[in-house]
Amino acid sequence: MATNRRNWMLGGVVAAVMAAMTGMSFAAIPLYRMFCAATGFGGTPDITGAVAPGASGQIIRVRFNADTDPGLPWAFAPDQNEVSLNLGDEQVAFYHASNRSSRPVTGMALYNVTPEKVGKYFHKTACFCFNKQTLSPNQNMEFPVSFWVDPAIRTDPNTADIKVITLSYTFFRSLEDAERSGALAKAGPHVGPMSAAEAVEKSKSN
Amino acid sequence: MAATSDTHSHDHGDHAHDHDHKPGFVQRWLFSTNHKDIGTLYLIFAVVAGSLGGILSEIMRAQLQFPNNHIVTEGQEWNTIITSHGLLMIFFSVMPALIGGFGNWFIPLMIGAPDMAFPRLNNVSFWLLPPAFVLICIGLVMGESGSGWTLYPPLSNATYEAGMGMDCTLFALHLAGVSSLLGSMNFIVTIFNMRAPGMTLHKMPLFIWSELVTAFLLVLAVPVLAGAITMLICDRNFGTSFFDPAGGGDPVLFQHLFWFFGHPEVYIMILPGFGIISHVISTFSKKAIFGYLGMVYAMVGIGVVGFVVWAHHMYLSGIDVDTRAYFMGATLVIAVPTGIKIFSWIATMWGGSIEFKTPMLFAIGFLFVFTIGGVTGVVLANAGIDEMLHNTYYVIAHFHYVLSLGAVFSIFAGFYYWIGKMSGRPYPEFWGKVHFWLTFIGVNLTFFPQHFLGLSGMPRRYPDYPAAFAGWNYVSSLGAYVSGLAFLVFLYVCFRTFTSKERVADNYWGEGATTLEWTQTSPPAFHTYSEMPRIS
Repeated sequence: MATNRRNWMLGGVVAAVMAAMTGMSFAAIPLYRMFCAATGFGGTPDITGAVAPGASGQIIRVRFNADTDPGLPWAFAPDQNEVSLNLGDEQVAFYHASNRSSRPVTGMALYNVTPEKVGKYFHKTACFCFNKQTLSPNQNMEFPVSFWVDPAIRTDPNTADIKVITLSYTFFRSLEDAERSGALAKAGPHVGPMSAAEAVEKSKSN
Repeated sequence: MAATSDTHSHDHGDHAHDHDHKPGFVQRWLFSTNHKDIGTLYLIFAVVAGSLGGILSEIMRAQLQFPNNHIVTEGQEWNTIITSHGLLMIFFSVMPALIGGFGNWFIPLMIGAPDMAFPRLNNVSFWLLPPAFVLICIGLVMGESGSGWTLYPPLSNATYEAGMGMDCTLFALHLAGVSSLLGSMNFIVTIFNMRAPGMTLHKMPLFIWSELVTAFLLVLAVPVLAGAITMLICDRNFGTSFFDPAGGGDPVLFQHLFWFFGHPEVYIMILPGFGIISHVISTFSKKAIFGYLGMVYAMVGIGVVGFVVWAHHMYLSGIDVDTRAYFMGATLVIAVPTGIKIFSWIATMWGGSIEFKTPMLFAIGFLFVFTIGGVTGVVLANAGIDEMLHNTYYVIAHFHYVLSLGAVFSIFAGFYYWIGKMSGRPYPEFWGKVHFWLTFIGVNLTFFPQHFLGLSGMPRRYPDYPAAFAGWNYVSSLGAYVSGLAFLVFLYVCFRTFTSKERVADNYWGEGATTLEWTQTSPPAFHTYSEMPRIS
């Protein structure tokens, strides 16, 4: 049965393509991450630790943004709204956070820069966002971030016009910590406005 | 084109080559491995699911007929209805009809093969659908799957859709996905390996080409949806965070994966329709299709380009301007092969001896509505304009013109074209025409005003609207009732056809119908092509 064998072979090839596509949908996650890290796509700053070349005499403004996920009982804000710095010059800025709850809480910050196209010119050399941060009850903490902007930003026609870069952080509660404290979203009727009882319970768990 | 067909009558002799011997009811319909019977099951299934989806749309239009209506009492109930309507129509009505139904029936008949390559697998792909349908209905009845058919997290995650109904809906999609994957594997192998001698790829009927391209799209796209909903199920139930930023995930990732599947999916729904329309127009113009090779490669081109345009559904998800520019350009390119098809159909009719039988009416209706839907698609492809129109009724009007009207018109064209072949009985021409005109008027009355609503800013997915939108919503609802009536006429046509005492000839359309299925009896014998036809 030559036809039969040919059928099973072609069927096998088609099945292999299906398996490969399923694999690709999962592989897309690390591949996309690598792509962003390599190209600065989507406002991904460079964190390879390249050394700043030194001041070039041209000025750019960097603004600071801070967001906090409602699940994280912290007050989190930048110390300064904005700095002006020399292109090529390394700069340190500070954020501060305080834990408003009565138990230790671990958070993790996600970050990006806008406009998104400046990602590859924005270098972060040290940042609190590289690691999880734990604050004990009512503890205040200063978080430093050091960064520099590549002078090549002025020679790239796509970015030459940019005068202001916004560096943004969103602090989330780490999942393990949320689970430990029972603050993780639990199954139940969450649709619609929270009932008063739920709101009280939620504020207590914080 | 010469073919040998066997016309053995029902004969209970001991001959091993008795081709019309049918197994008993259970054996024949539950364990069926016969491509014609499986095709029939698919078509019946599509009508049943389409009826339920249609009832949901009538409920939606009744709710939206007047502002501040309370037919649907809660937002969540509304959300569940729109979700189920979309999923039912796409996965359980249009796809089973165009791919499982007509595909199974006519791929072997048109290429001269005795059956599909893997008949048992064919049975499995059909029987995966009913349980999937039940799961969708559970999600609907429990009122817990209100994410919209796009299933975006966070709306579909454990926080906002905590109930089991959402999981049922996701598993339903898994089953329906496996069903289409097995089906498409069968189609590809059958079309590549089992064509009659002499039927080269460039001599294949356009319907076969359309099903082949569709099968390829399914093989490449559906596994990505399977991956995405597997991640979603894990996020919901097993504590992963693929789409949860708190754990380092990204909700936009879901949108990318979904639309990498979702955009090819819209071509999956329309390409087989292209194939049917080509045959109908050619038959009723009594001319060969204009520009056969152009038609073939237009479909291949649509299939290929369809994979690299997905983010035009996501212009407002925060992607940067260069990315939007690319996706906008790529999307506009699709208008070229689509235009080739439209103009080739018109060129086929040009100078033809046209007969306006019901299938031809639906085919011309298809050209009309599909062109309108295509033009609004070109409008929406522009990222700048889409910022205004995203998630408005303009989008609803656009995709219903290409799918609800385009794909459904092609299903009806195929139904009237082939029902005599499939059942051996003629359909009532008068009622067929009544069905066409009622449908044509009804759907245009329903969806054309939605362009105006969208342009004036009415957002989709809400059960209510400001009084300013009342006028056109009222018209749209009236149109929906006319369309509903038209569907009842269709059911009456089915009843009249199947109870008809008349019988049709092998080739009841005459000289215009040149493909191999017309060399067979109507209905074809249970087993066909025991002797291979030869294509000259």
